[in-house]
Amino acid sequence: MLLEYIKQPWPWYISGPLIALVMYLLLKQGKDFGMSNNLRTMCTVLGAGKSSSFFRFDWKTQAWNLLVVLGTVIGGFIAHYFLSDGTPTQINEKSIADLKELGIIDHIQGYLPESIFIFNGSLFQFLILSIGGILIGFGTRYAGGCSSGHAISGLSNFQLPSLIAVIGFFLGGIIMVHFLFPLIFA
Amino acid sequence: MKALKFILIGILFGIILYKSEAASWYRIYEMFQFRSFHMYGIIGTALTTAIIIVQIIKRKRLKDNNGEQIVFHDKDKSITRYLVGGTIFGLGWALTGACPGPLFALIGAGYWTLGIVLIFALLGTWLYGILRNKLPH
Repeated sequence: MLLEYIKQPWPWYISGPLIALVMYLLLKQGKDFGMSNNLRTMCTVLGAGKSSSFFRFDWKTQAWNLLVVLGTVIGGFIAHYFLSDGTPTQINEKSIADLKELGIIDHIQGYLPESIFIFNGSLFQFLILSIGGILIGFGTRYAGGCSSGHAISGLSNFQLPSLIAVIGFFLGGIIMVHFLFPLIFA
Repeated sequence: MKALKFILIGILFGIILYKSEAASWYRIYEMFQFRSFHMYGIIGTALTTAIIIVQIIKRKRLKDNNGEQIVFHDKDKSITRYLVGGTIFGLGWALTGACPGPLFALIGAGYWTLGIVLIFALLGTWLYGILRNKLPH
């Protein structure tokens, strides 16, 4: 009965406070909540210190965050295979109509549109995934954080820089969805 | 033992990201179209709860499990880096539907193409590292 309930998509008023709980649990361990820092640490582990002093630090001081990442991967696995009933994301009709018109979907399946994320060997897909990745990696480090580090950690501590960063997140997101999607997918 | 705690916190985080649908590309798309309350509800309640937690920790001077006082660091003051960097990240977030947390949760869920996004996110981070001194902050 309970498991059946857990397997449905969780409502926002459950999920939001739980994300704050994760921040609290990390603070209790003496650590700051922020996921994008891991990308820097991974670069250091891979030897990026040879090309830039930005990556010259003892990555073992950040090993705890890599363990959080490992857990996040395991968590995604558990949620997908054991705690889901496979309900596709239910978004509003207008957005579905827009996605159909852009040719991104013909119907909603799972969490990700197949036309982009089920790899068919096309250069188009590869460019979307790779350019998207570069923007995420470059942007989060330039801004000094992502949704967790700025929108939750920073804003909850009333940091003006985090508010500016979050405004930037939305500026970029709006530009992409409203102006670039029609050009990319037309 | 300590390591296990961090892995468990990560597992909890991964499950929340996946079950909340914050890891769904579609949710990010409609968020940036301002057509659904769902993501704003998640961020809003996460933020409200986090504000209360931070205030309690500060006022009661709570300590962490090592007995050290929990401290909050102020971010460096600037506009350019946050606005420009934030906008660049926003473009990537909307395109791939994944910010760094959900990226890892989705890889765990078996969407291996997100591995391509991860490899290039590392490349992007590395690019920032080598260009950092030439960029306005």
